[in-house]
Parts: sequence; structure tokens; C-alpha cells
Amino acid sequence: MNLIVEREKGLVELEKRIAELRAVNASQPVDMSPEIAALEQKYEEILREVFGTLSPWEKVHMARHPARPTSLDYISQFDRFDELHGDRMFRDDPAIVGGFALLNGRAVMLLGQQRGRDTKENLRRNFGMVTPEGYRKVKRLAHTASRLGLPIVTFVDTKGADPGISSEEHAQSEAIAMCLYEFTAARVPIVATVVGEGGSGGALALAIADHVIMLENSVYSVASPEGCAAILWGDASKAEEAASRLKLTSADLQQFGIVDEIVPEPLGGAHRDPTATVTRVLSAINTSVQRLAALAPEQLQEERYQKYRRLGAWQVERREAIGTR
Amino acid sequence: MIDMPMPEWLRIRRSKNADQRDAALWSKCPKCGEVLYRRDLAANLFVCTKCNYHFRMSAYDRISTLIDGDFTEVGAEVLPGDPLGWVDKKTYSVKIAADKEKSGLSEGAVCGFGQINGFDVGLGVMDFHFRGGTMGTVVGERITMLLEEARARKVPCIIFTASGGARMEEGMFALMQMAKTTAAVQRFLNDGNFYVTVLTDPTTGGVSASFAFESDVIIAEPKAMIGFAGRRVIEQTIRQKLPDQFQTAEFLLEKGAIDMVVDRHDLKETLTRLLEYAAGGVKVSA
Repeated sequence: MNLIVEREKGLVELEKRIAELRAVNASQPVDMSPEIAALEQKYEEILREVFGTLSPWEKVHMARHPARPTSLDYISQFDRFDELHGDRMFRDDPAIVGGFALLNGRAVMLLGQQRGRDTKENLRRNFGMVTPEGYRKVKRLAHTASRLGLPIVTFVDTKGADPGISSEEHAQSEAIAMCLYEFTAARVPIVATVVGEGGSGGALALAIADHVIMLENSVYSVASPEGCAAILWGDASKAEEAASRLKLTSADLQQFGIVDEIVPEPLGGAHRDPTATVTRVLSAINTSVQRLAALAPEQLQEERYQKYRRLGAWQVERREAIGTR
Repeated sequence: MIDMPMPEWLRIRRSKNADQRDAALWSKCPKCGEVLYRRDLAANLFVCTKCNYHFRMSAYDRISTLIDGDFTEVGAEVLPGDPLGWVDKKTYSVKIAADKEKSGLSEGAVCGFGQINGFDVGLGVMDFHFRGGTMGTVVGERITMLLEEARARKVPCIIFTASGGARMEEGMFALMQMAKTTAAVQRFLNDGNFYVTVLTDPTTGGVSASFAFESDVIIAEPKAMIGFAGRRVIEQTIRQKLPDQFQTAEFLLEKGAIDMVVDRHDLKETLTRLLEYAAGGVKVSA
């Protein structure tokens, strides 16, 4: 059950009433606009009350909202997109969408984790949980992009890598490790955007980047709050507490230097105005791709190396240092 | 005490507790239940004399079975911080203190330089007894320092893994160590250096999906559990029991994920042979 969806149910009644009044207003000679304005104001107030400040646990649910824009909603708004398929070894993983695209005329390689928006699509896309075949497709296309000098643009949205029998048989670890390897080696700009849930190593496989963007209500975590609670508390019902302790929100991660930019969302979440959200994200991507494309490959590689080299928190001789840029 | 010559560095490094653990006279094999005389077990490289079960080794025991003479550590001065001020049932700092006491280690990986049968190598050893071998900042930092220093010295690098995955108490800082270590491996390999990993029981999660599987040659110890997702997570997902063999070293060998499964008694010789190949071969007397 999604917390946010549950809360939205309470708003549906009010939305209906406003729509009805509008219809009446348009067809009748009586002026209802003061009533409508009052209702709309109340609606805004409720929205702000319900969604104005979200707790980390609420953000986890927002990131998993079934109507939240997915990778394909962003990818479809590029000037052009030609999808490429398969790992050339075993199969094509529908949880990864990848291919050439144009961003303001510039050729780029797009790679995104794709969950479904209904049960049927979710079954086909494995709920956005990527198998080794998907990661090998990512690695292959990232390699092509690096060789051709095309910027790599990724969209992260996964609970985590697929934890199935066949994924283990096909060396999930190796597949993820090789993605990380390819991304650290790439001679081209990499811009990653966490659009929904960024779950663990399965998300990081597409997120080693020169510029990491996060949507305001997205989350990005070393483990799912549920998994973390089960392991560290021995009690999955502690997920809400785990969510707040893990520091998985965009604001926390920007403070840590792990995320470079936050794209704001409309009140109530990205799905309340998908068009505006997608436009904002694409504009942010475009700005950083332009900036990074001006850098020499060696400089990109060196800066990327140093960025990750500094990340961590440790002490030397009792001096505590939190590594940031 | 272990009944084998112990170099001076090891004597100094060992904590009181590790000594006490060694002083316990008997150990029970977790596999076959055989009660083993601790001295016999150590002399047999911590392999059960009855059923060949490979015990999880402590980092310094491992180093002493491989390195001839001196071992110079790197990164020992890097110690854990607590970036999230973590608390679950206990605080992170209490857990760290308890594991220091229990394992005699300052963190979950020991890295440094020494010689194996005449070859200079960088050697990193993870230790499951410290926070389940999980990778937090310090493990990532020490592995990275090892690879950077090995790259500077142009010597081969061997890393023994043992890990439950990323260390959740450090949150995203732990996850970022996958990126950091991978970047260091990439630079090391790109210069033409030789990299070997030895996967020991267990090697999973963020360690498995980063520097463990990025090497030229991947060796595993017999019956070691190796995988990305934990067994329980998979069983919960698919709602059925997995076969015993699933995710063992032998299973991975059959699936083509690793190069060889090597008994601990043959490990030093196997590593030496690999180092010889990487060095271009051996001198043939005329």
C-alpha cells in the first residue's frame, strides 16, 4: 500500500466538487466563482498541509508512486530516440531502455531503468529490477558511447538489482561490477538523474557520473528501508525509522556531496504535473551536458576519479573528516 | 598460539584477544562437528582435518600463511567515522568498539605490501569477524590506497574478499565505496598491472559487485558462498527453498563466473604460478 496514494484518496472528493461547480458555473447564469475560489483555496491549503513537508518515509512512498513519471516519460521527450536492444549474449532485458537520442541536436546515449505503470507492464519489466543481461546491455552501450565521444545520460529508478535464481546463475555481481568499471573508464560526460527510487548497487550501476541530479522527492539508498530494518533491527516494521536514519533524501545527499543538483517537484509530487517536471529535468540535463562536453576526456576522467576518491567519512589520528567536494 | 613461525610484525599486531582466542585449546568444526585441537587446526591452515571445511580466517592469520618475511601495511591509520550518527538496537560506535575487541582489528580489511615466493605484491585481506566484512568507508579507503600504491610500485595486487556487502550504518557513504574502489581498479589495470582476487566465504553484495569481480583471475576457496543477493532474500522473492549447492564456489565455477576453486593448501603455490605467468614466465636453465 502506498501512503501517498492513500492520502490522495481524501483529496479526490474535493477535486470532484470543484469540477462540478466549474461545470455548473459554465452552464448557468448564476456566478459561482467566489465559491469556486474558496474551495480552490481550501484545496491548496490541504495540499500544502498534506504534502508540504514530507518525511523520509513519505518520500520513499512518493518515489514509488505508481503514477510517478518513469524513465520512458523523460526519454520520450528527447528530440529523437532510437532504441537499441540486447546484451548480444542471452536476451534483451526490458527493465533497461537504452539507445541513441538527440538532446537539442546533440547526439547522446540514453540509458534508463524502466518499471511498469500497471501490473501487466510491471511483470514484463520485472518492476524495474535489472538482470545481468540488462546491465550487460548498459555496459555495451556505454562503451559504444565512450568510443564515439557521445555523452551518456542515465535515468535511475529501481528498487535494486534482480535477486532471482537466473540472475545469480548469470553472475549478477560481475554484470554490475562491469557497469561500474565502464562508467569510471568512460571518456565522455556522464549525467545521471535519480527520477524515482535509487536502490543500492543495482542503481549505482547507472549512476557513477560527472553530474548527479535528483528529483526533489526521489530517494537513493545503500539498501531499501525494509531490507535495512530486517537486517539491522531484525524487524521489517522498523522501515520508517530506517528510512529516516539512512539519510536517503535528495537534500541529505546533496549536503554529503553525493548528489550535485536537485530538481524541484510540484507540490504533491512529480505526477501532479508530469509535463513541467520532465521539462525541468531535461533542461537541467541539457545544461550540465553542455558544460561537461567542453571538457577534455582526460579532465573528465580525472575529475570523476577525484570526486569519488573523496567520498566517505573516516578519521585519521582522531581528526574526523567527512569527505565532500 | 599458532604452531608456526610468526614474524615480528604479526606478533606486534595481534591483540590480546586474538591471543586468547588462539589460546583456547579446542575448536569445533561448524560443518562436521569434529572437535579439533586448535594447534592442529592452525597448522592445517584452519582447514578441518576431518572434512576439509575451510574455516573463516582472520586477516593476520591469512597474511602470515602467504607472506614471506616483512609486511608493510598501508591505510592502517584510517579509522571509522560515524557520518550518520547511526543508531539501531545499538549505536554504530558501540558496534565498532565491540568488533575491535572481538577481532583485534581496527577495521574490516588489512592491506599492505610484502613478498610471496620472491614476488613483490600488494595484498589486501578482508576479515569477516569485523562487522561481517561489510564495506564502509575505511574498507573502501584501504583497498583504494592499496591499489593506488600497487599502481605506483607497478606490482601485482591480490585481494582476499569476505563480505556481507555494503555497511548500512554508513548509508550512502558505504555505497560510494563501490565506485571508489572500482575507479582504483580501473586505473591499476589500465596501466597493465596484474590483479587477482580470492573469494572466501562469504563474498556478497557490494563487494562482490565491485572489486571482487573486476580482476584478471578470480579464485575461490572450496564451498565458499558467493553471490550478489543473499540466500534469504532470493528465497523470499521466489518463495521456494534453494538447493544447497546454489551460490557455492563450485556452482560459480560450473556457471563460468570464476576461474578456479583452489584448496587452501594449494593457494600459495597457485598464486605463485600466476605471478610467474604475469611476469612473463620463468628462467629455464640451459
